[in-house]
Amino acid sequence: MPSLAPFAQVNSGDTAWMLAATALVILMTPALGLFYAGLVRSKNTLNTFMMCLAALAVATVAWALVGYSVAFDEGNPIIGGLDHAFLQGVDFEPREGSTIPHLLFMAFQASFCIITVALVSGAVVERMRFGPFLVFAGLWSVLVYGVLAHWAFGGGWLQEAGTLDFAGGVPVEMGSGFSALAAALVVGARKDYGRQALLPHNAVYVLVGAGLLWFGWFGFNGGSGFSTGNSSVLAFTNTLLAPACTLVVWFALDLLRRRQVTAIGAATAIIVGCVGITPAGGFISPGWAMLLGAFAALPSYAVIVLRPRTRVDETLDVLAAHGIAGLTGILFIGFFAQLSWNGVADGLLYGDASQLGEQALAAVAAPAYAFGATYLLLRVIGLAMPLRATGREEALGMDVVQHGEEAYASGEGAILITPDGEAEKEVPVANPV
Amino acid sequence: MKLVIGIVRPDRANDVLETLYRAEVRGFSITRVQGHGGELDRVETYRGTTVKMGLADKVRFEVAVSDPFVQPTIDALCDGARTGEVGDGKIFVVPLERVVRIRTGETDHGAVTPVGG
Repeated sequence: MPSLAPFAQVNSGDTAWMLAATALVILMTPALGLFYAGLVRSKNTLNTFMMCLAALAVATVAWALVGYSVAFDEGNPIIGGLDHAFLQGVDFEPREGSTIPHLLFMAFQASFCIITVALVSGAVVERMRFGPFLVFAGLWSVLVYGVLAHWAFGGGWLQEAGTLDFAGGVPVEMGSGFSALAAALVVGARKDYGRQALLPHNAVYVLVGAGLLWFGWFGFNGGSGFSTGNSSVLAFTNTLLAPACTLVVWFALDLLRRRQVTAIGAATAIIVGCVGITPAGGFISPGWAMLLGAFAALPSYAVIVLRPRTRVDETLDVLAAHGIAGLTGILFIGFFAQLSWNGVADGLLYGDASQLGEQALAAVAAPAYAFGATYLLLRVIGLAMPLRATGREEALGMDVVQHGEEAYASGEGAILITPDGEAEKEVPVANPV
Repeated sequence: MKLVIGIVRPDRANDVLETLYRAEVRGFSITRVQGHGGELDRVETYRGTTVKMGLADKVRFEVAVSDPFVQPTIDALCDGARTGEVGDGKIFVVPLERVVRIRTGETDHGAVTPVGG
């Protein structure tokens, strides 16, 4: 039984902020659903959004059952143990060195796992079947996210080696980005990819989604100090500064390339900036954060321009926006971390070259594991069930085929089916006046 | 002169555009329409409401052509739109009484001939 006696180390201010931060991060997943839904064709709107909601369902359950334990139980340097499986021992007593209840820590970390699973779906939208995606989401959240979170946050070998990752450059950003690349390769390109222009159907969804993601990201980065202390305040502020700089540079790149600033480009820039500052948020000064935001635009922009010229249909550019920007942020820490701002470590510029080595280690290991494990996992699932819809189904659209619904149903020509299963012959439309 | 009307699947519209282009048919318009042509109804459920969707989305091509272009246009529509399953659509060919190109006032054959053609 959990102890109800108040724990001296619990700080009410920290707890209050972390409750709010957790809710902010949870909002990011439906926001991502909106962002992704706007980027696909209208016939796949609901399926795309549903993959994000599926993450809220399946990843949460998997997290409570074993995912949290695999990530945050002591275990060994590679993988956590099962002592916290089924949330055993997760109650009001804070973890060692923490000032918030263990239960709240678990919920905050769960919200990270959920959004990461949802991110990966961007690689396989418009053709992956929903059933196999549910299976994938459950297994991936434990076998890939859980393991990477253990490495970076749960006392695993990267953390032990001294790699700095404030809010998830390893498990969330590189984890999702390089898994997305593997998923795109295993599932294969959409049938019309490279033959027809496959355009976003609602740019306003994309912009609103990006705005809500940025809003939620203040909880994501600002909460990753697990307190209301300086590192949280620094990360929170850097989450404002860095994406703003990314936006400005993105505008400039758009202007140079086509003489016009694009809206969907701007939405993408917000994501890239937030991702770039994610690992570095609490470790670098606001000035360096602004440079990071500006610099992070360049490699991601390049990948977004070049990727569609390849045969790889990594549909919504999760690799560019998350994998590459996350890698940029992780490496950036190695140069610009500043003890006087973070109280933890200096980077190369402040006299500690070894930090760069520790960051480079993460920049190699995390992408390699994410890519390899995801590739293998999807191949195995693919042996048990077909991963993708048929060409005919793809043509009809995943909304109708997978969910029996349309995002923009008009009701014209819809014939009501009465509860006994018989079509009502006298009522020709769904809503007779 | 004929007006060739082709009603095709929306996901074949781009293929039809391509085959028309290859057949050097350069003037046409398209409309998004809903229709029913004997294909199986889709059943959809919205919370407690289950419906049979009797109408399917289609794209309607309208191509006004001079007589030598009628058969190539029909062939292009068939080639681009055919999947072999029920619901591929239909082509209607109807006679055209007059055609006027608004910009120049050209009529009939001159008006259905592509600019520069």
